[in-house]
Amino acid sequence: MSLSFLLLAVAALCALSFYFGRQRAVALSGGRYSNLHSLPAHYGTYVALWCGLPALLLLLVWHSLQGSIIQAMIISELPAEITGDAGQLSLALNSISLIAAGNGQHLNVVPEVIDAGQRLANLQTIANAAMIVVMLSGSVLGVSLSYRKISAELRARNNVERIFRWMMIACSAIAILSTVGIVFSLLFEALHFFSKISPVEFLFGLEWSPQTAIRADQVASEGAFGAIPLFVGTLLITIIAMCVAVPVGLFSAIYMGEYASPKFRAVAKPALEILAGVPTVVYGFFAALTVAPFLRNNGAVLGLDVSSESALAAGLVMGVMIIPFVSSLSDDVMSQVPKSLRDGSYGLGATKSETIRHVIFPAALPGIVGAVLLAVSRAIGETMIVVMAAGLAANMTVNPLQAVTTVTVQIVTLLVGDQEFDSAKTLSAFALGLVLFLVTLGLNVFALKVVQKYREKYD
Amino acid sequence: MTDMASLMEDRAAAKVISDKVQKPVDWDSPKIARNIKKRYAAERRFKIYGLSAIGVALLALFVLAFSIGSKGYTAFFQTYVQLEINFDPAEIDPNGTGDPAVIGKANFDDLIKKALLARFPDVTDRRDKRDLYGVVSGGASYDLRERVMENPNLIGQTRKIWLISGDDFDMLNKGYIDANVDEGSRRLNDKEIGWYDALVSDGAVEKKFHSRFFTSGDSREPELAGIWGAAVGSFYTLLVTLFLSFPIGVLAAVYLEEFAPKNRFTTIVEVNINNLAAVPSIVFGLLGLEVYLNVMHLPRSAPVVGGLTLALMTLPTIIIASRAAIKAVPPSIRQAALGLGASPVQTVTHHVLPLAMPGILTGTIIGMAQALGETAPLLMIGMVAFIVDIPGGALDPATVLPVQIYLWADSPERAFVEKTSAAIMVLLAFLILMNGLAVYLRKKFERKW
Amino acid sequence: MAAVSQSAMTAEPSVASPKMTARDLNLFYSDNQALFDVNLDIVERQVTALIGPSGCGKSTFLRCLNRMNDTIDGVTINGKVTLDNRDIYDKHIDVVQLRARIGMVFQKPNPFPKSIYDNVAYGPRIHGLVNSRDELDEIVMTSLERAGLLKEVKDRLQSPATGLSGGQQQRLCIARAVAVSPEVILMDEPCSALDPIATAKVEELIDELRSNYTIVIVTHSMQQAARVSQRTAFFHLGKLVEVGETDQIFTNPKDERTKGYITGRFG
Repeated sequence: MSLSFLLLAVAALCALSFYFGRQRAVALSGGRYSNLHSLPAHYGTYVALWCGLPALLLLLVWHSLQGSIIQAMIISELPAEITGDAGQLSLALNSISLIAAGNGQHLNVVPEVIDAGQRLANLQTIANAAMIVVMLSGSVLGVSLSYRKISAELRARNNVERIFRWMMIACSAIAILSTVGIVFSLLFEALHFFSKISPVEFLFGLEWSPQTAIRADQVASEGAFGAIPLFVGTLLITIIAMCVAVPVGLFSAIYMGEYASPKFRAVAKPALEILAGVPTVVYGFFAALTVAPFLRNNGAVLGLDVSSESALAAGLVMGVMIIPFVSSLSDDVMSQVPKSLRDGSYGLGATKSETIRHVIFPAALPGIVGAVLLAVSRAIGETMIVVMAAGLAANMTVNPLQAVTTVTVQIVTLLVGDQEFDSAKTLSAFALGLVLFLVTLGLNVFALKVVQKYREKYD
Repeated sequence: MTDMASLMEDRAAAKVISDKVQKPVDWDSPKIARNIKKRYAAERRFKIYGLSAIGVALLALFVLAFSIGSKGYTAFFQTYVQLEINFDPAEIDPNGTGDPAVIGKANFDDLIKKALLARFPDVTDRRDKRDLYGVVSGGASYDLRERVMENPNLIGQTRKIWLISGDDFDMLNKGYIDANVDEGSRRLNDKEIGWYDALVSDGAVEKKFHSRFFTSGDSREPELAGIWGAAVGSFYTLLVTLFLSFPIGVLAAVYLEEFAPKNRFTTIVEVNINNLAAVPSIVFGLLGLEVYLNVMHLPRSAPVVGGLTLALMTLPTIIIASRAAIKAVPPSIRQAALGLGASPVQTVTHHVLPLAMPGILTGTIIGMAQALGETAPLLMIGMVAFIVDIPGGALDPATVLPVQIYLWADSPERAFVEKTSAAIMVLLAFLILMNGLAVYLRKKFERKW
Repeated sequence: MAAVSQSAMTAEPSVASPKMTARDLNLFYSDNQALFDVNLDIVERQVTALIGPSGCGKSTFLRCLNRMNDTIDGVTINGKVTLDNRDIYDKHIDVVQLRARIGMVFQKPNPFPKSIYDNVAYGPRIHGLVNSRDELDEIVMTSLERAGLLKEVKDRLQSPATGLSGGQQQRLCIARAVAVSPEVILMDEPCSALDPIATAKVEELIDELRSNYTIVIVTHSMQQAARVSQRTAFFHLGKLVEVGETDQIFTNPKDERTKGYITGRFG
């Protein structure tokens, strides 16, 4: 039974429960609804909620546990020579799931694995059936309990509203839950990584080559996990992007806010906003296929050796992407400068640009700094542009014409494609993710504080 | 500081300023006139800076649109080659059974090869032959089979049939391969170009609207690859995202705006929402990888996992927009409802939410548009696999439009460049549609209280 | 008071050799007319008070005198305003220079978020009135002295102006206006955001400034108009109802509406 069908079935059950709950309330009222504490619909909703919520909760819990429990059961019955080695185990688990899915005919594996595959298929069937039974019995139990409780005195509305309120609180808590989820999933794997590679080496090492060798006798079988080249590359591209986005964004905001006629604004502002709505993968394609060759060819004309994956191309395009971000934030900030300050300056005979440069800009500076910091954090976390247009080689350079790599590029490269969990190479991606998360979080918290303080000043 | 102050005091005492008449400024003096000129020049310069900043931004937008449009529009057409195919019964259905199972297994590839050799009888070398077969796409045999299955009467006849051409010939026909460059540095050799010219002079080369691009899944062959698989994957992913993030987002917004007491929990929730909105998308991908795949063992590459991940990302957008919409409903409406004896929940569900709904929907559509364009987190959860089949549900392996773009952009074949650009055009069309809908909703239901 | 006898000659709108004049001035905010055919002369080195109920157009009129209304979208003005017999709406007139010659002090004190010194130095700097740091120091000191602020702030010229009290801020704004040696100073309800003691100081200052500058002040307080001005103009519904010597307006108004307003029957 597919998941969507199951959900539909639960929905249908809920509708039925609503109908019967309401009917019973109507019957109890004897035709006069004022005999009831609440409206009949409240009684219906009451029963329907008791039908749907237990089922959904059980579904959620079941689904989040089923996979790991079944896997543990399978592993516990595998022979020790397989479970002893992490690489072998993940290979075996892969084969087992293939066999269970019915695609394992061509695999050349030991009989234990084939048995395990069949067992897995059995277990999955049993688990799915059991889940349906448990869900349905949860529903039925809920319905029968709540249906029996229906009486004229039952405060159905208050009950429904209390459930509603708890649902709302649960939904709000998801925001906390996802932060906790991010922190834990990053921290867990990163700690795992740091048990293999020391944090000092990771944070201060100057060489990055995460390719662990397949055979122990190969050169550099350990791999090198010094992340400094990645930080330098990220910083370089971010700086290039800011060199584009900050002046262009700021001056666009100034022109839009202070000089542009309403007609011009009506056209130019949405056009700028389009830049913000273009998916990053499109910018990446643009950077890799249009900007990079353009820079390379023109660099060749000037006698410069521009790498085809230069930091410049990625940075420039990233800057373009961030222009609307900077411009709308600084527009917000500058429009909050009180009109009286402008009047004061105009009243003394200052021109518009003098007023902007000497009065509005200094007054808005804290807010603008906050906006730029937010933009920096966005540039650091941007992924697709650099994945498509920046390089993979971890060069330690500040030359914008050369290829550099960034934190996000490495995360993607390390985790896309086949990966063996547990290897330092894969785990290092989580360590990088942790650094990325902490840095952007810090920048954001700080920037939001700055902007907030600025707002309070002029409120 | 104190030095200066005391100095000033001395000076002030010496001059008895208040009695002194300040000397009037001669506004017509040449010095002042020069200064004014300079100031206006600075003013003009400043204005030009502003205008050129907007110019730079608009130019970037234009170059982006132009480079994609000019590269991509050719992908909507595809070169076809007309060949005289002999539907030889000995090849297709030697026993004359008419059984579809037998016909389906016939070697239609061979028919095409024979037709090509018949057209160019002087090709005998094995390598040349292989090159010659490249004129027609490897997928043409499937079309041919379908045609025969539909119309078995073709067996035994000889017909002129338009067949989809190979990608290199398509590129040549579209002018992307320059026949004048040195033979070694182009994808087609002189002989191949000779065949092409011969076919053109036959009138047997034509560009037709490439409907396959919109109806088929991914393929290693550019001429057979389409975006339908990715589009369906995007659809399922967004569906899951919407079903999760909309109710959760609205309920959370209602709670925070209407019910939440000012306490620690509420503050933590609000701080978290603001921060989640700024977490890089790839971090959400790591979360999805760790929690959904490694802990919960949900299927890899499936839209349901993509949807779960994107739902967490769009949640802040929806919550923030919904809160703004709810806040915009004037308190007088709430007071009126509460005054009639409605419970707070009834007040919200009967009055506040319906009035706030246009704003909430606008925010949701914008959030969905963001989710539609998102790539990085989906790479983390394996939606980057090469998948030919059209996904049949949210649990099947699938890819999405932006990831398809990423995959094609990485492919070395020249023909994939135009496919990528065309896929981008399709993606942008969807985004423009969604954002247009959001703007329309906002304009239509905009209310001044 | 010397000024009283000096201006006893006429109570008519036109006076001999006025510093500024307005003739048939009409102003529209897009479609709404805010001023109707205003004719008013402003006498040199006197304080002219503009009074009237709120929304009567007195502030709008004041902002016409240094073309501050130019900064608002959708305002159209016709009629003529002159300064020393030159039309200030003439296209050869430079607004920037004009506003330097006609300074302005606003309702709410609006010091720039800079130091006290930089606030006062702002005007002379942008207009290029000084050649050296010493000259600038002198202008700043003189202006602060004139605004009666020097004693209070001379030890903290480099501290932010926003740290001053409301009354000090307003006097700083007056010093800022004085620093470019304007000929006329326009004041738009300069005391409405101040407490009575600060108001008294500013009023005293206005009286002192009269010896060097022509002052036009908008006020909602009739007592203030009576205390500081030599001439008073009464506006009502965008029209100039009556103008004359302050004593005459307050003791013997000719128009019934003026009488009604100053006796408190409306306002």
